[in-house]
Amino acid sequence: MKNFKALILALIATLAVAVPAQAQDAAVSLDARVNEAFANATGWFVNFIFMSIPGTNFPWIVMWLVIGATVFTVYFAAVQFRFFGHAIALVKGDYSDPNDAGEVSHFQALATALSGTVGLGNIAGVAVAVGIGGPGATFWMILAGLLGMASKFTECTLGVKYRNEYPDGTVSGGPMYYISKGFDELGLPGGKILAVMFSVFCILGALGGGNMFQANQAHAQITQITGDFPGWITGLVFAAIVFAVIVGGIKSIARVTEKVVPFMGILYVGAAIVVLIVNYDMIGWAFGQIFVGAFTGLGVAGGFVGALIQGFRRAAFSNEAGVGSAAIAHSAVKTKEPITEGFVSLLEPLIDTVVICTMTALVIIISQQLILDQATGNYMLNEAGTAIATIDGNSGVALTSAAFGSAISWFPYVLALAVILFAFSTMISWSYYGLKAWTYLFGEGKTTELVFKIIFCIFIVIGAAASLGPVIDFSDAAIFAMAVVNIFCLYFLMKVVRKELNSYSARLKSGEIKKFTH
Amino acid sequence: MMKLVIGLDGRSSGEKALTFAKSLAKKADDCELIVVYVIEWSPFSFQNAAENAERHKRREEEIAIARERVVDPAVADLRAAGFNARAIVRHGDVADTIDSVADTEGASQIIVARASDGGLTSRIFGSSTASLVMNARVPVTVVA
Repeated sequence: MKNFKALILALIATLAVAVPAQAQDAAVSLDARVNEAFANATGWFVNFIFMSIPGTNFPWIVMWLVIGATVFTVYFAAVQFRFFGHAIALVKGDYSDPNDAGEVSHFQALATALSGTVGLGNIAGVAVAVGIGGPGATFWMILAGLLGMASKFTECTLGVKYRNEYPDGTVSGGPMYYISKGFDELGLPGGKILAVMFSVFCILGALGGGNMFQANQAHAQITQITGDFPGWITGLVFAAIVFAVIVGGIKSIARVTEKVVPFMGILYVGAAIVVLIVNYDMIGWAFGQIFVGAFTGLGVAGGFVGALIQGFRRAAFSNEAGVGSAAIAHSAVKTKEPITEGFVSLLEPLIDTVVICTMTALVIIISQQLILDQATGNYMLNEAGTAIATIDGNSGVALTSAAFGSAISWFPYVLALAVILFAFSTMISWSYYGLKAWTYLFGEGKTTELVFKIIFCIFIVIGAAASLGPVIDFSDAAIFAMAVVNIFCLYFLMKVVRKELNSYSARLKSGEIKKFTH
Repeated sequence: MMKLVIGLDGRSSGEKALTFAKSLAKKADDCELIVVYVIEWSPFSFQNAAENAERHKRREEEIAIARERVVDPAVADLRAAGFNARAIVRHGDVADTIDSVADTEGASQIIVARASDGGLTSRIFGSSTASLVMNARVPVTVVA
């Protein structure tokens, strides 16, 4: 036995020395091949989703999301502001029946959904938005976050209302369920087909934004510290860990992440606040840049429309309002009133976008990583003219890292860890969303579930190996495709939500719905 | 009718609390013994989506295990000895939940055992006992 162990160790040691030297060239070309094949395979889909409205350079999908969020805000008479206080009371547990203790609380449903959305969108996505659209993108991002609260409210209420509760006590919910059941209930045709379409896009979204983008940016972050090495190696390690959790059921890894991720989130916001305090004299200037940039673009590619597109696009990618993913996460809550989960969920875009994304944007702007032409007051573009030139040519997560690093020298290391953990927790969340869509299409069962989980792990490797451009395009396209179906269906189902809202607010006013004394 | 709430933690020290409660109940004409077991749980903990989806099922399982292993045998013993007894299993903070049960049931006293050995769990339960003693709305007897 001892000899066997020694043999294995010797073998590993030999491989460790010999393989990297030989594998380096082959690996780089493997990364390049994966990248090319992936870009070719997904190009048509990406082009369709980001097609401009004829005669403009405004992608129709961005307009779609903004119009959706605005319609819900108007239709529910600014529910996100009217019921904001009530949402906080619900999360605090003021309206929770003590006899339901031990079930999923409003806080837990919110925290679970947040752990799926807070992550790279807030760190890397914002850097992409500000890097391309300039500080002005922040303004549009915040606006999209505030409007998006109404979209979340609508979809999460429906998620709970039309969820499936099985005899064994487990639940499944999400857009595919509310689309098919809701359309049936209203006597509308096509519910089943739309639910299937949503599920297909949800699987693609899970593999794209919920997986490949995460793996890709986690690898980028690791190479920042260790130096360059092939992406598929990071991909394999991540795939192995995710496999252990979702297939092997090794809960200890997931538990550690659950505890550490919220802590990392708080640490991230804390560090951003420290950077802002240190540079307190520049906060006014930064907000000035945000407001001026929002309407003039300050020289960015595409002018203020460029800033607006980037702001809305990255906000939607970060908080996923209107996408439908949160409806899957929120549907497990224990409540007799589906609308209460809608109220709670509207806090999500607020925390994710209005607070955390804005922090990232402010740190990037204040740290002056974006090169400003002092003579004109406009930002300088890079050689290709596609993005603002940055001090070290950084983009994505590297830009955020450099921005924090300029104020707190050791923070990039903490950020690297945060990125890896966020990436991991987002992958775990999306593996569940994708799985729910998968089982909706192919039925529940151990084998069908295992097939999806293996595909999910393979895409981690592809995501880590491919370069950022094609990955981010595909990730956005897949997630936005979910929103196309989801928002379309929400227009038909929103009257169901309004009925719930009217009934609930009347009972809240009359005192029928009371706080519990704990 | 006098009502006594007995908090159990699944350890052998709970026997002492039960014995003490029986001695009190014998002295009263009409007394109901309410055996309470609390499954430590917080609505502010973090779980992933898959765990949430199974939460209701797990909760039912946890309650069934607590009944089967802790409270049902205790209630059966009490009834066999001629006492009027019933069981309550709840999720929550141990001290808060025992106090809240005692309050809603209109109990005249809470009886709990002192944390007997020095293990980590009993230390945690020990601090629950201390918290109960300090915050309870009805008298608490800690049985040594």
